[in-house]
Amino acid sequence: MADPADTPKPQGDNRPALALHVPEPRFRPGDKADFSDIDIGEAGAMPRPDESAAPADMKELAYGLVRVLGEDDRAHGPWDPKLDPDTLRTMLGHMAMVRAFDERMFRGQRQGKTSFYMKCTGEEATSVAASMALASDDMVFPSYRQQGILIARGYSLLEMINQIYSNKGDKLKGRQLPIMYSSREHSFFSISGNLATQTPQAVGWAMASAIKGDSRIAATWVGEGSTAEGDFHSACTFATVYNAPVILNVINNQWAISSFSGFAGAERTTFAARALGYGLAGLRVDGNDALACYAAQSWAANRARANHGPTLIEYFTYRAEGHSTSDDPSGYRSAQEREEWPLGDPVMRLKNHLIAIGEWDEEQQAEMDRSCAEKVKATTKEAEKNGILGHGLHHPFHTMFEDVFEELPWHLGEQARQATRERIAKFGKERPFG
Amino acid sequence: MSADTHSAACAEAPAERRLNMIEAINDALDIMLERDPDVIVMGEDVGYFGGVFRCTAGLQEKHGKTRVFDTPISECGIIGVAVGMGAYGLRPVPEIQFADYIYPGLDQLISEAARLRYRSATEYIAPMTVRSPFGGGIFGGQTHSQSPESIFTHVSGLKTVIPSTPYDAKGLLIAAIEDNDPVIFFEPKRIYNGPFSGYYDKPVEPWKKHPQSVVPKDYYRIELGEARHVTNGEELTVLTYGTMCHVAEAVCREKGVDAEILDLRTLVPLDIEAIEASVRKTGRCLIVHEATRTSGFGAELSALVTERCFYHLEAPVERVTGFDTPYPHSLEWAYFPGPVRIGEAIDAILKD
Repeated sequence: MADPADTPKPQGDNRPALALHVPEPRFRPGDKADFSDIDIGEAGAMPRPDESAAPADMKELAYGLVRVLGEDDRAHGPWDPKLDPDTLRTMLGHMAMVRAFDERMFRGQRQGKTSFYMKCTGEEATSVAASMALASDDMVFPSYRQQGILIARGYSLLEMINQIYSNKGDKLKGRQLPIMYSSREHSFFSISGNLATQTPQAVGWAMASAIKGDSRIAATWVGEGSTAEGDFHSACTFATVYNAPVILNVINNQWAISSFSGFAGAERTTFAARALGYGLAGLRVDGNDALACYAAQSWAANRARANHGPTLIEYFTYRAEGHSTSDDPSGYRSAQEREEWPLGDPVMRLKNHLIAIGEWDEEQQAEMDRSCAEKVKATTKEAEKNGILGHGLHHPFHTMFEDVFEELPWHLGEQARQATRERIAKFGKERPFG
Repeated sequence: MSADTHSAACAEAPAERRLNMIEAINDALDIMLERDPDVIVMGEDVGYFGGVFRCTAGLQEKHGKTRVFDTPISECGIIGVAVGMGAYGLRPVPEIQFADYIYPGLDQLISEAARLRYRSATEYIAPMTVRSPFGGGIFGGQTHSQSPESIFTHVSGLKTVIPSTPYDAKGLLIAAIEDNDPVIFFEPKRIYNGPFSGYYDKPVEPWKKHPQSVVPKDYYRIELGEARHVTNGEELTVLTYGTMCHVAEAVCREKGVDAEILDLRTLVPLDIEAIEASVRKTGRCLIVHEATRTSGFGAELSALVTERCFYHLEAPVERVTGFDTPYPHSLEWAYFPGPVRIGEAIDAILKD
């Protein structure tokens, strides 16, 4: 190794040496996690501006934290959406179902029934409560951790599991990685594995709706890590330029696989503050507070629907589990972070609120959890009749060549015939191609 | 459509109307905006100004600001919003100002537009036509001259179309806009205003002297995937597209070669039947494109001809292409696959 003294000095060496800052999370495996310096404010403290407010007149909302549910489990302040107890119970039911579903599917992956799964534990409110504030025909462009939207919109669990197993019942014909759902019927866009691509698409859909004088709006979800993609910048620019009726939801769950939010710029400012440079309305919300999530989405939906413009909402939350079944977070972050997270667990907080207002009790909760688990278990068994990944019950293999184009061109036709020959060479003619 | 059908269509036209390629493209966009309320045209400078090459001139005034509008300078955004518009049910026709600028939009084209039908099992489609001027010969330097068609032909799920005349430009563009798959529509900008023989030092010839500049006023389609016989011949097959159709035609005429020149018009899907029939007839094949050589579309054509027509070949397949360098500004005409390079290749193919 060369002696640094021998290295020729760059020009201008009488100037101070520059130093590169490489962000580092505060806690690594084995560290004691301490989040006491995070200012979460008080529930009910943030003002609720009119939905027509100019972004510049509501800057504080991009830096503070909209919270409704307080330490006393009661709803506070102007952002309280004042939902009736039935709606609250429905919301809790969807969130409990998401959690039960995640548990079962995670286990299924570990049992070899599929290749991959992604839980959203700790983030249930950001999809369930937020999507309940939209109309059922508002178009959503989700990322990969918004299974809560499908469950809140009443999508069939069986369809979800068929997709996860890539089996013969999978209406996406086994083409997509597990959890990359699509349901036009539920105004749920096809999920891509490429990050943030859905954000300008949501803006484009919203622009189309405005071009046509429609009344439906669009909403998209993206992780804080992938706000670094150029697509997100394009989405914000197009949204503001055309005043598109769209909501850009940024799920700041602190971690993008092993990269903490600092690698997307969180050491310097909030993600909601990104809105201000574009002239978008910006809201920063307690993502573990289902009522705050609902209220913020509802505010933004009303704003968009009245042609007052797009909103960027940051949901401040925590990814309680690994990125996916292929990830082990114990290799890069402190195991204590989850329990030390200052905003608690979204399901517990909503449950405790319902109990506090006398509309729920622990027994009912236990019954709800049991019933969700049983329903998921029964549906899993039903889905397994259609096959699990790699066990042969998949779509006929010629479907591999379909839908690349609307019509099969000659070169794909030739390749399909080759695939048939290979299949026959391997298994003989008698084996069904199903 | 063959040259014969074109003449027939023109004969039916009440009054002969001659257009250059820019006017023909404008005409196709105007007709489609009129016929289909879901068609929208957008891109950098395409609105009030009418496009840097004037292809969208007058369209905003006629069809309104929500049908024809300017966009931010963001190719990723332009293609990305077009995917969302397609999912809504619109039929967007985005313009990318130069093909050289299309790269920031590649992820949205390759991973999104091209894959959407497949990955959603037809729940969502991306019926967009991305128009973009391409190719050199206008002293555009390395960032206004490239021919990136083989990047797109390599992607499953994209169609790639390149017209070479005003008549074809209109019919192919209408067919592309009506197509339910994403189409890359590259417009050879060197021949926007006139066909080009390859002799850059000779005066520009206007389109009005060319038979294919007769463009009927009404709607018509040229189906994607059908090659056009520029000339019929017995001695040699030339597979080419875009500007190079005209250069190849001029060289063959000068050399007195009885060549069958096929203007492929659509690279994906490719008219393989026309290619095979011609090469089997002539036994010799020259491939000409302006794009760089290595992994260019000529490599695909050469492989296909060799695989399918080997026993009919009397000479090795030859490729004439641009060099594997960036498009140089001052040495543009040394880069361009002009008459000398084409002539040498023809001599080599015909020597035995």
